[in-house]
Amino acid sequence: MWRKTAVYAVAAYIGLWASAAVAETTINAIFMSQTAYSESDVRGMTADFQKENPDVIVNLEFVPYEALHDKIVAAQGGGGQGYDVVLFDVIWPAEFAEKGFLLDVTDRIPPDMTDQVLDGAWTTVGYNGRRYGMPWILDTKYLFYNTEMLKMAGFTAPPKTWNELASQARAIKEKGVVKHPIVWSWSQSEAMICDYTLLSAAFGGSILSNGEPTFERGGSLKAVEFMKATLDEGLSNPSSREYLEEDVRHVFSNGEAAFALNWTYMNALANDPAQSKVAGKVGIAPAPGVDGISELSAVNGSMGLGIPASSGHVEEAWRYIVFLTSRQTQEKYAKLSLPIWKASYSDAKVAAGQEDVVAAANQSLRAMVPRPIVAAYTEISSILQRQIHAVLLGELSPSEGLEKAAERVRRIRP
Amino acid sequence: MPRDRSSERWLFLLPALIILSVLTAWPLIQTIWLSFTDMEISARGQPARWVGVENYLYTLTDPDFHDALARTLYFTIASVGLETIIAVPVAILLSLEFPGRTVLRVIIILPWALPTIVNAIMWRLILHPDYGSLNAALVQLGISHEYESWLGDPDRAMTMIVLADVWKNYPLIAFVVLAALQTIPRELFDAARVEGASAWQQFRRIVMPSIIGPLLVVVVLRTIEAFRVFDIIYVMTKGGPADSTKTGSFFVYQEYFQYLRAGSGASYATAMAVMSGALIAFYFILLRFSQKRRPK
Repeated sequence: MWRKTAVYAVAAYIGLWASAAVAETTINAIFMSQTAYSESDVRGMTADFQKENPDVIVNLEFVPYEALHDKIVAAQGGGGQGYDVVLFDVIWPAEFAEKGFLLDVTDRIPPDMTDQVLDGAWTTVGYNGRRYGMPWILDTKYLFYNTEMLKMAGFTAPPKTWNELASQARAIKEKGVVKHPIVWSWSQSEAMICDYTLLSAAFGGSILSNGEPTFERGGSLKAVEFMKATLDEGLSNPSSREYLEEDVRHVFSNGEAAFALNWTYMNALANDPAQSKVAGKVGIAPAPGVDGISELSAVNGSMGLGIPASSGHVEEAWRYIVFLTSRQTQEKYAKLSLPIWKASYSDAKVAAGQEDVVAAANQSLRAMVPRPIVAAYTEISSILQRQIHAVLLGELSPSEGLEKAAERVRRIRP
Repeated sequence: MPRDRSSERWLFLLPALIILSVLTAWPLIQTIWLSFTDMEISARGQPARWVGVENYLYTLTDPDFHDALARTLYFTIASVGLETIIAVPVAILLSLEFPGRTVLRVIIILPWALPTIVNAIMWRLILHPDYGSLNAALVQLGISHEYESWLGDPDRAMTMIVLADVWKNYPLIAFVVLAALQTIPRELFDAARVEGASAWQQFRRIVMPSIIGPLLVVVVLRTIEAFRVFDIIYVMTKGGPADSTKTGSFFVYQEYFQYLRAGSGASYATAMAVMSGALIAFYFILLRFSQKRRPK
């Protein structure tokens, strides 16, 4: 009799352990600590997830965008100690897929979901017809303007073309409203390439064609000439050359710029009186176009959530991703980043208090151009960053800089 | 006749040798091997292919890498040189007796106690073009009329990083020199004074010979550290503006973690290690030379 009891006891003990083990599945997730969803938003969403999924504990790690790529790569050697969920940028799936860093999750995504999510969002996670995650942050750069400054210079509407923007800025500068009317994120970084890609598209240029550089001519050359000219004329803040997005937000929020190019998240923060002097005077519009070439311009700056191939907790990781990218979660946290779901854009709840953002998004998100989808993108981008920065600093002329970059891109090792 | 104790010595050295070979020699050998392959960072487990000296041909003919090496040398010579020039007088001052000496010694060592990353972030804030305290101080003192860009100007950025590095690291050299100074018997100075030696003569004949050995050792350490500089630059400028602060170590990092070419990254790393080795050898020769000349 006691033997039977002992067996039951042991079985119960093992059962308890097993359930305890289930309760203690810990997944590691890495996010970035700038632009789009804030750290506290991500913590909030994760707390919501854990309420519904008490068996999963999510360890969160936040790093600057500039460190995200390298952290994900370095963790590949970490095996079970690495990440289970990673936030990745629209420019990395090609590289990550080629190297086998991310799990192909195409078959986990229900087919009917394809039509419910915006096309630009799917571009973020796709490579060669397969999907390597779920799109999460759907973002492009918008033109932010200080409505009061425009009014002081006699303008009632934001510019529709980049030339018009330059002439409005000129007037604002001449009237002494602000010393440097435009601020950009033109440090030697990916942030600068986002602005460059957008301008290049506005001027009708392209970066690569069949893997060969095309950025040294046509619209892409005009884009750099435009960038440099606004600096030479004093229309653009010269410190732009050492700014990232957060610096742009600070300068604009401080009332030191009439125009700024930045991601969606700046709208809510520049309108927050606790951290902005221009709250209530922030206008948002699609980035301008160029006469006869484009009506507006936008760059795909979206990001997705994926599962590294080395993850040991694929099921839990996927559950977490599905939760974070769900319409419900995204609509709840729609102030800093707009949802990927088409239906959300006609939902009054999402638009409430940010009708202008949703209106701008409705135009811009459809016009987003991607940066080149090639495995060597990181290297191409860093070559462009270096040479365009040299142009902006006056070390090289626009055509010299871009020629030099093209030459270096051709030298990239296979 | 003394007993032959060489086997005992080896026995005592063994634990250290084992640790060194596991932590240093093995990774080093592996890195050198990698540098002759086309290994890439990948989860696909592709085997590495032997490519001979191809990586080195590319590395050593890379004009950007040449520029980076020149920058690395500038950083190394400027920062270690300045640190030494500041550290020796500071050490001599701290060795004098005056009220508050202990407090001053503690204050001066503080920068060295800061982690490099913290130091770099602090200097980045000080040098910020809009909110930095350096610009505020210069304008309020009337030295400058306008806020200037310190880290955004390619001609200045590296020098600014050198200053940040000097501020943090000169205390190390100063304290090593201070320790050496404290081993000099006071009587030597008293005797020199009686003999009518000038301050310069005292420095030249008494101070220099006593500090030169320890000074060279700490300068060697700092040189090696400065030559492989990475963290302070990564935080302050990320190698910008327009690559003007991109040093040799950046290429290793870039090839390896950004472009995922482990083989090629290893060749940059090996090239850097060989150059560090040359620097170390140079210092050892110098050290030996100075010891030979040292008065007995």
